[in-house]
Amino acid sequence: MTKFNIAVLVRDKAGVLNRVTSMFRRRRFNIDSLTVSETETDKYSRITVTFSGEENTKDQLVAQLYKLPDVVKIKEFKPDESVSCELLLIKMKNDAASRDDISAAATAFKAKTVNYTKDAIILKVTGESKKIDEFIKLMRDYNILEICRTGVVSLEVGGETITKE
Amino acid sequence: MKLSGSDILVKTLIEQGVDVVFGYPGGQVINIYDSLYKYQDEIQHVLTAHEQGAAHAADGYARATGRVGVVIATSGPGATNLVTGIATAYLDSVPLVAITGNVRTDQIGTDAFQEIDIAGITLPITKHNYVVDSVEELADTIREAFKIASSGRPGPVLVDIPKDIQVAKFDYVEQPKITKDAKSAASDAEIAKAAEIINEAERPFVYVGGGVLTSEATNEAIALADTIDAPIGCSFMGISAIPTDHPRYLGMQGMHGHFASSQSMHHADVIIALGARFNDRVTGNRAKFAKKSKIIHIDIDKAEIGKMGSMVNGVNGDIKLTLEKLIPLLKKTTKPEWQKQVDEFKVKEAARDDHRTTLGPKMAISTLNKYLSPNTPIATDVGQHQMWAAQYADFKTPRRFISSGGLGTMGYGMGGAIGAYFGTKEHTVLVTGDGSFGMCLNELATAVTNNVPLVILLLNNGVLGMVRQWQTLFFDKHYSNTVLDRKTDFVALTKAFGGDAARVDTVEELDKALEKAFSTNGVFLIDCAINKDEFVLPMLPPGGSMDDIIVKVGD
Repeated sequence: MTKFNIAVLVRDKAGVLNRVTSMFRRRRFNIDSLTVSETETDKYSRITVTFSGEENTKDQLVAQLYKLPDVVKIKEFKPDESVSCELLLIKMKNDAASRDDISAAATAFKAKTVNYTKDAIILKVTGESKKIDEFIKLMRDYNILEICRTGVVSLEVGGETITKE
Repeated sequence: MKLSGSDILVKTLIEQGVDVVFGYPGGQVINIYDSLYKYQDEIQHVLTAHEQGAAHAADGYARATGRVGVVIATSGPGATNLVTGIATAYLDSVPLVAITGNVRTDQIGTDAFQEIDIAGITLPITKHNYVVDSVEELADTIREAFKIASSGRPGPVLVDIPKDIQVAKFDYVEQPKITKDAKSAASDAEIAKAAEIINEAERPFVYVGGGVLTSEATNEAIALADTIDAPIGCSFMGISAIPTDHPRYLGMQGMHGHFASSQSMHHADVIIALGARFNDRVTGNRAKFAKKSKIIHIDIDKAEIGKMGSMVNGVNGDIKLTLEKLIPLLKKTTKPEWQKQVDEFKVKEAARDDHRTTLGPKMAISTLNKYLSPNTPIATDVGQHQMWAAQYADFKTPRRFISSGGLGTMGYGMGGAIGAYFGTKEHTVLVTGDGSFGMCLNELATAVTNNVPLVILLLNNGVLGMVRQWQTLFFDKHYSNTVLDRKTDFVALTKAFGGDAARVDTVEELDKALEKAFSTNGVFLIDCAINKDEFVLPMLPPGGSMDDIIVKVGD
């Protein structure tokens, strides 16, 4: 099993995300994360997909994606040729027993406190998925009230772009 | 010139070379039907009995001609009635444009009368679909639909047009007929690698799929086999791509394939698959399929290559163009030992064949063969009769076998046959069974009204024979709901619809009835008695391998 990260440039039209996810569901591709975002042009949107699987599963996923007329370009990102990032919001119960430990962990992970009440602390963490996973794992020792994470976004390092051949 | 959306739609269809459309009117397509009335001298509309029949007719037209078939239906139930027809076309890569009306744009999402999200429903069974948002983009959307439906690996495209878009006016400027996306051969590297493997083959097998029909590569496929002295077999979808009487041709292989064809494929050391997709009905147990062979898979659809695993050498390109480049790289050889082995398979097949002279499935189809012209389209429904037609019917011309392979749609045949007639204007044949025919026999009305010269050979065994065959073999003869026990008088029924018909119980009677049927300029049904215990053989049990093949009942 390999972790794959691919960016899919699609025409910015109603229903495109539905077409992509419908194909994933129908052909039983198991996706770890999926993000949709605006791009440098209003003609296109960008979908970043991460998933684990074998090489031929990835080839099949890419080939099936290319059959959707709204898919313009697909690029696979190797970890050492790209930067990836996601964002986590995590709401912890605020009590005297755990407050200091949470605060220490937050400092170590450069997490930012974005909301603080007597009942709860909301922390924001950004970075690679591995870092986010580790932070969540650490927080599981305390009382997690809610978690929300964005999924991965990626860009290739250097001057290359997805639209450039 | 400013035209209404519905006029623009019909003008664009005419501009794209459409001479006939199949459909059924309704509330949300009245405007389109008004435009069809206006332009009736330039485009014919065939009214069917049910939208499903119209979808199958558009599909049959497309299969027989290679052109895009067009079907029109209203919103709601009209649109949902197309679904089986669209899925049938999708699974068999048939170019189809389905046009549906819908409620006004401002009513969409409100569950208005006969509103349904047909674009959502057909998302997984179309190559692409559209809901037209403005009259300005209507003509170009129709053009793009034709381009997508017919380019590359063909398939169905649906265009949903809300009522207000049909009414709104916009300038229509005629455009030339779209050109399909340019086809190209596979890369030189892939072709060179394939040539290397083929040149080392001792027992090559050319495996023809439906892609050979789409690519119009019959001559190239035969030239390939001639060059390397290989036998040719085909998938169900490849039937009619190679003339049945060609000396290299062994017929269909797979679950109900010819013994010699399946065995030759099984024993081949190199299988050259042309536009086929290794469906489970072809391979049986995939783990045991062609274990000793190298597979070269030439296909225009990259996603088909390696879909079933990494066992194949993919050659991604148009079959005709790729073979034109591949064949010159091949050594011209003869392989007498391999041919001897293939001949032995043929002798075994002949020995196990059905030699009865009484009226059984093989005699029925063989008798039909005597009356076929080289261009006769043969449509079928789905079940035992379909497999018997696939095994025994003679084909001389590509695109003359009109049958639902991938989806296996019972009820396809009547619509398919009507569409094939409108595409070819040939006296058409439908081979069907009493089960399948019961599903869509309402289209008898369409065939009679349109004076379609149609011979319906109804192999009537009073049971749902294919399921019954499985029940006999694998379910301890528990004939659960497969004994029809109906009182339908098919001769009287056909006459009630306005056609002619005869009942036959012997080969002589069948012969006489066929003679009359082919000299009738209209619908003639032959209600042909078949014993309910007839089997489709050979049979590769589901999930079985070539060693499990059932050749005779009791084996």
